[in-house]
Amino acid sequence: MPDKPKVAFYWCASCGGCEEAVVDLAEDILKVVEAVDIVLWPVAMDFKKADIAARPDKSVAVAFINGAIRTSEQEEWVHMLRRKAQVVVSFGACANSGGIPALANQFKKEDILKFVYEDCPGIDNPQKIRPQTSTVDEGRTLTLPVLHNMVRSLDQVIEVDYYLPGCPPTPKIIMSAVQAILAGKLPARGTVLSPDIALCEECKRKDSKPADLALAEFKRPHQVQIDPEKCLLAQGLVCMGPATRSGCEALCPSGNMPCTGCFGPTSRVKDQGAKFVSSVFSNIVPKEEKDIDAVLDGIPDPIGTFYRYGLSKCILRRKLN
Amino acid sequence: MADNNANKQQPNGLPRIGFYICHCGSNIAGTIDVADVAKYAAGLPGVVVSRDYKYMCSDPGQEMIAQDIREHKLERLVVAACSPNLHEETFRKAAAKGGLNSFFFQMVNIREHASWVHEDKKAATAKAKDLARAAVYRVRFHKALEKQQVPVDPNVLVVGGGIAGIHAALTLANAGKKVTLVERESTIGGHMAAFDKTFPTLDCAACILTPKMSAVKSHPNITLWTYSEVSKVEGYVGNYKVTVKRKPRYVIEDLCVGCMECIDACVFKEPKFADKFNQGLGKRKPVYIDFPQATPKVVMIDPETCIQFKTGKCKKSCAEACDRKAIDFDQKEEVKELQVGAIILATGFKTFDAKKEPHYGYGKYPGVFTALEIERLVNASGPTSGEVVLRDGKHPKAVGIIHCVGSRDEKTNKWCSRVCCMYSLKLAHLIKEHSGAEVYNFYIDIRAAGKAYEEFYDKLLSEGVHFIRGRVAEVTDWAMTPEEEGKLVLRVEDTLAGFVRRVPVDMVVLATGLEPQADAQEVRRRFNIGCGNEGFFQERHPKLAPVNTFTDGIFIAGACQSPKDIPDTVAQAGAAAAEALVLIDAGHVELEPNTSHVVEEECCGCKSCVPLCPYTAITFDEAKKKAVINEVICKGCGVCAAACPSGSIRQNLFEDEEIFSEIEGVLGK
Repeated sequence: MPDKPKVAFYWCASCGGCEEAVVDLAEDILKVVEAVDIVLWPVAMDFKKADIAARPDKSVAVAFINGAIRTSEQEEWVHMLRRKAQVVVSFGACANSGGIPALANQFKKEDILKFVYEDCPGIDNPQKIRPQTSTVDEGRTLTLPVLHNMVRSLDQVIEVDYYLPGCPPTPKIIMSAVQAILAGKLPARGTVLSPDIALCEECKRKDSKPADLALAEFKRPHQVQIDPEKCLLAQGLVCMGPATRSGCEALCPSGNMPCTGCFGPTSRVKDQGAKFVSSVFSNIVPKEEKDIDAVLDGIPDPIGTFYRYGLSKCILRRKLN
Repeated sequence: MADNNANKQQPNGLPRIGFYICHCGSNIAGTIDVADVAKYAAGLPGVVVSRDYKYMCSDPGQEMIAQDIREHKLERLVVAACSPNLHEETFRKAAAKGGLNSFFFQMVNIREHASWVHEDKKAATAKAKDLARAAVYRVRFHKALEKQQVPVDPNVLVVGGGIAGIHAALTLANAGKKVTLVERESTIGGHMAAFDKTFPTLDCAACILTPKMSAVKSHPNITLWTYSEVSKVEGYVGNYKVTVKRKPRYVIEDLCVGCMECIDACVFKEPKFADKFNQGLGKRKPVYIDFPQATPKVVMIDPETCIQFKTGKCKKSCAEACDRKAIDFDQKEEVKELQVGAIILATGFKTFDAKKEPHYGYGKYPGVFTALEIERLVNASGPTSGEVVLRDGKHPKAVGIIHCVGSRDEKTNKWCSRVCCMYSLKLAHLIKEHSGAEVYNFYIDIRAAGKAYEEFYDKLLSEGVHFIRGRVAEVTDWAMTPEEEGKLVLRVEDTLAGFVRRVPVDMVVLATGLEPQADAQEVRRRFNIGCGNEGFFQERHPKLAPVNTFTDGIFIAGACQSPKDIPDTVAQAGAAAAEALVLIDAGHVELEPNTSHVVEEECCGCKSCVPLCPYTAITFDEAKKKAVINEVICKGCGVCAAACPSGSIRQNLFEDEEIFSEIEGVLGK
């Protein structure tokens, strides 16, 4: 019996939710484990970097990498995994487009460090000590990874073969991706493994969306009693569904919450946030600047709303000064 | 001509691009080093031929392009020259002549965008290179496109039955086209029908207008719908679907012959109600006809004043008197649909509301009249049979005409209404002729620009009409001297004499200016055309396309476009008819292929695009749950493509890769 294909899971700047998603496969995970050998999975098993480094190049069939790339350590790891793996799957919103960590691209690195180590309420750091990449203590040199200026998506660092979208990817799309990989039935390289059509397509509320939204005000979910049947945009809630790839079976709208866009854009769109801004603000009622501003006041955090998962892929890259 | 074309090979599978830069005499070459740009372009990826030439648009220039396409097997063409507005079509044809699809071509405007707007030759040359590079990068992604042809419906709708609409309708009908003329009042004729004489010839307005009105009614090619309004317009150039509401006049138009026996028989023995046609100076009965030559000559019933409508208990003597049984108290509004290829809007104007200048006392002093009221008073068929009398029946001994009421005024309307000077002169002449009164004209400037207009002014000067140059400050009945007792006094600074005058008169005539119709905005939206700041309909070009609009197939004529006199109105109506004929006789229209389309399998049916289309080209297919763009209506504005949140709308010639590569090109080095 030939060796089972070897699979690696790795995490970069992420919350751990993508790891949960793998566990969320429930009994299906047994089928996966039966079919493959897991050679790396830091969240669940103990492996050392040297173990992977020692493997021959291309000896790993698939590396699933989640999380954005923020530090030099993450960058080193993914370069190594790229060398060892035949197929690299960018797993989840952070790896695909920066995700929540990429919201840091709104701020300079210095401002972030200053806030976190000095100004943040609850910090007690009178000497203003900051983490250093290299520290000598009792004759020993300790190192920490370098924090990059910018949070990047995985494909801005290494070549990526496939993408699994979502925050996190849903068990259904993970399972179908795994099955496709095991069966060797993969689409063209670079494909996002989820239907290339926007979410409204599979949303139960679709028919209740009026042709003319005529948005007069925006509301946030906690400010309104949400009608469980009616299109969320029609209720003045920012639902990113029209600008977001489907595949999750409209999980959030089905749970009476607007889509926040975690599956990213369709293949035709370069910049999900810009595209949705262009679309939804074309549909607001007021025509005078002051009235328009009043409507926009309903969205206190536009970047966090429209680029919640995609700031690394924003055409405007980051704040420099 | 520099030779930059030494047998270049194409190693990288890029399309073979030809680059051409025009000197445009010295228009471009005077500021831009064209040979240097051509040399630079020769080194850009994909460029296999790069030439500069004195006049690219000339026959030899075009021939050179066609020749090169064949010889060098060019697959893309970039021409850096003037504005695409001027010569895009020229070079598209040159491409076609060489056997290349016309849309494998990109034009670079280095004249208006570089040589004409810069003086620094080095910087202008560098900019020309940047623009050239952008086009070279972009043109790779161009696709072969075809212009679509759609047939044109030969029928025409004319909206508005004033002299403009009448003239346009008759011109088209005489050319053998079927015309529907829709007029919202009960008769055609418009403002002109209310005038007595016309300046400067003083020929009788009715004498020249009524034959044209009858010709409209009797013309086999004209369908006349009065008391009707267009409520909806759908479709596109050559193929408009128009919905018209025919309001009930409570008289069956086909049966009524205009004998007016019903009017005699009305239970109201005497006319009692203000007569709109006579500006309220005369009276009519509930059943009435505007004026004897009204066209169609059909009576109508005003439900606001008719006893039968108000109480349901009239003995209906009018209906009894009608032996043709034409009176129908139960008549309902009718909705008709029309299919036409072109539409001419001739919806006219309204006059300025004199009450908005309260210091002139209109509505307060009975001796103050508007010019239109005077038109009716001096008219032989008017309420006083041409006698100029005050509202109390007395004859005025002195009359003051105030020019520019609601014109040339920062506070009301800034524009000159163009006709008031001349009609004021005409009314001065007629008032003097009819009443022998002293007539004073209070003017800012006399604007008598028109054939024989200045001569008419001279004639008035010799007739003893007084002219006082100055804007009247107020009209008052407050007498300061015994001579002013019982008079209206016009207080004015005589700017020629240099002091303030008080001129006592019995009658004041306000030369009210011309304004857009009250519903001009609604109408322009209904017909999807533009209007200027002041509200008059916007022509496509103020000089070179004065009757066209930005919506193909919709033309404008007369005072709906701007204030104008009868000769100009008729000339414009003729021009609009000619433009409509051009469209119809071509038989089809060619559509630019820069349209957008929805990629059906990519569309999620979110409808975001549907309300945004300014041309209502997008509909939602309820069966498929997808948006659909009618490419015949689409004008290629790109709004939908930009707004489609899932990028499922593509616009020809503006696809993402074309735009991004162009940006990359213009920013690159």
